[in-house]
Amino acid sequence: MARKTGPVVPLGRDASSRLLPWVFTLMVYLASLSLASVLMLHGAADRWDRGEINAVTVQLLPLDDGSEAERIAQTLKLLRSTPGIAAARVLEISENMALLEPWLGEGDVLGELPLPRLIDVTLTPGETLDVEALSKTLAEAVPGVTVDDPKIWLNRLATLGRSLEAVAGAIVVLIASAAVATVIFITRMGLAVHQDIIELLHLIGARDSYVAYQFQSHALSVGLRGGLLGIAMAVGTLVGIRSAAERLDAPLLPDLSIEPWAWAAFAMVPLVTALIAMVTARITALRVLSRMP
Amino acid sequence: MVRFENVGMRYGMGPEVLHDLSFSLKPGDFRYLLGPSGAGKSSLMRLLYLAHRPSRGLVTMFDTDISTASRKTLASLRRRIGVVFQEFRLLNHLSALDNVALPLRVAGAREDQVREHVAELLAWVGLAEHLHVRPATLSGGQKQRVAIARAVITRPQLLLADEPTGNLDQALGLRLMHLFEELNKIGTTVVIATHNENLVASRPHPALRLTAGELGATVTLPATG
Ligand SMILES: Nc1ncnc2c1ncn2[C@@H]1O[C@H](COP(=O)(O)OP(=O)(O)OP(=O)(O)O)[C@@H](O)[C@H]1O
Ligand SMILES: [Mg+2]
Repeated sequence: MARKTGPVVPLGRDASSRLLPWVFTLMVYLASLSLASVLMLHGAADRWDRGEINAVTVQLLPLDDGSEAERIAQTLKLLRSTPGIAAARVLEISENMALLEPWLGEGDVLGELPLPRLIDVTLTPGETLDVEALSKTLAEAVPGVTVDDPKIWLNRLATLGRSLEAVAGAIVVLIASAAVATVIFITRMGLAVHQDIIELLHLIGARDSYVAYQFQSHALSVGLRGGLLGIAMAVGTLVGIRSAAERLDAPLLPDLSIEPWAWAAFAMVPLVTALIAMVTARITALRVLSRMP
Repeated sequence: MVRFENVGMRYGMGPEVLHDLSFSLKPGDFRYLLGPSGAGKSSLMRLLYLAHRPSRGLVTMFDTDISTASRKTLASLRRRIGVVFQEFRLLNHLSALDNVALPLRVAGAREDQVREHVAELLAWVGLAEHLHVRPATLSGGQKQRVAIARAVITRPQLLLADEPTGNLDQALGLRLMHLFEELNKIGTTVVIATHNENLVASRPHPALRLTAGELGATVTLPATG
């Protein structure tokens, strides 16, 4: 005979309440994606800031005097005797071409252009290389040699990463504020729509906290449902993006992995959302009720 | 337990509908509240069940001054009062059982006890077959019985009923009057606002008479038969 008791204030049947879980789903989805980019950018920007690089490129400008082979040999010798360098490999002309092809197209143009020769230098992991000093030594020893210092664009990347991170963080805060505003609005509306029920509850001796409880538990369940769906969608999207990025095989893309603690933070999103909704509904209801005669 | 001294009441900025009421009720009192339609019976009831604060004068309930009591205090005072509203005020989305259980749940009673007590009381008022029915599908008299059950479920110290037998046939009306009288015998103060002269005649008790918002002297109606 035991049947489930419905909520005392039938908030779930209001048109606004039926919409609310979807609003939350969308907000949590967007907030999760922003948060994910904050976490990824944070990791990447940290690495960029620390200037952790594992390769530099050395360029030999074409000098047109037939000294190329000798200069390459000289450079390689110098590189290989520099501490912190694990390997140095000259890129074949064909590899050079392959790099340029997307911009210049196939054909004879390439064969006639004087191209710089590139040396791919792999650094010993864990050791630091003074790129500036290396650059100086090479330039003195071999004419027409330059070293691409990745530090310069890494610094720029780090700055860019930090500002993107700030933007994404601001978006998360904005979405959270929108969620709070929505809950305040919906709670006030619920209090107005169900005025007669609330008056009756008061007349049979309900305290404000009992009435507020009806609203806060509704907000909690809506927040939790919307939040879980939103986070599920966000995880789906991120997994999709990752596998797409892996197929792209773009070496320039930073490592966009998310660390384990960050995943945990991610899992907190629906919980935090639901808690924010609950606390907001409670405070709103209590404030409105306390103003009643 | 209830004391009114020169109490006046108005709705919002409207005219005063009750003027200079002075009376008091002791534990165990049983009073009718009589008067023509519009005399202010329901308004006086509103003061008694603390839906309204007086616009002037002094209302003391359970030794508490109502004009200055906090919302929290009013809530706990209301738990000692059971009310049968003239228009029932049942919650339409809840079953009869849940409607009657509400005052217990609001007061934080244990759920296993709630079910048992409520089902028992509803059976007593002849609604054993209608525990899980919504009020909308009940007849006027059945709704009234649910409303009465909700008012007495907490064994209140003060029981207020506004036209509690208006929709009931003679036999059922008397049965519920008997319930009120039984509660009265164990110390509950009862106030019943009514038009029903038959009821008053068959169950004599002292009466407060309201005429155009003013109170006449308390009269004891002579028992007939
Ligand atoms: N909510 C309200 N707002 C403004 N005036 C009201 C309100 N309720 C009642 N009144 C006014 O108060 C006066 C007394 O009404 P009340 O309902 O107390 O009469 P009553 O004796 O209960 O009548 P009845 O026997 O018809 O139920 C009437 O003049 C009525 O118009
Ligand atoms: Mg009335």
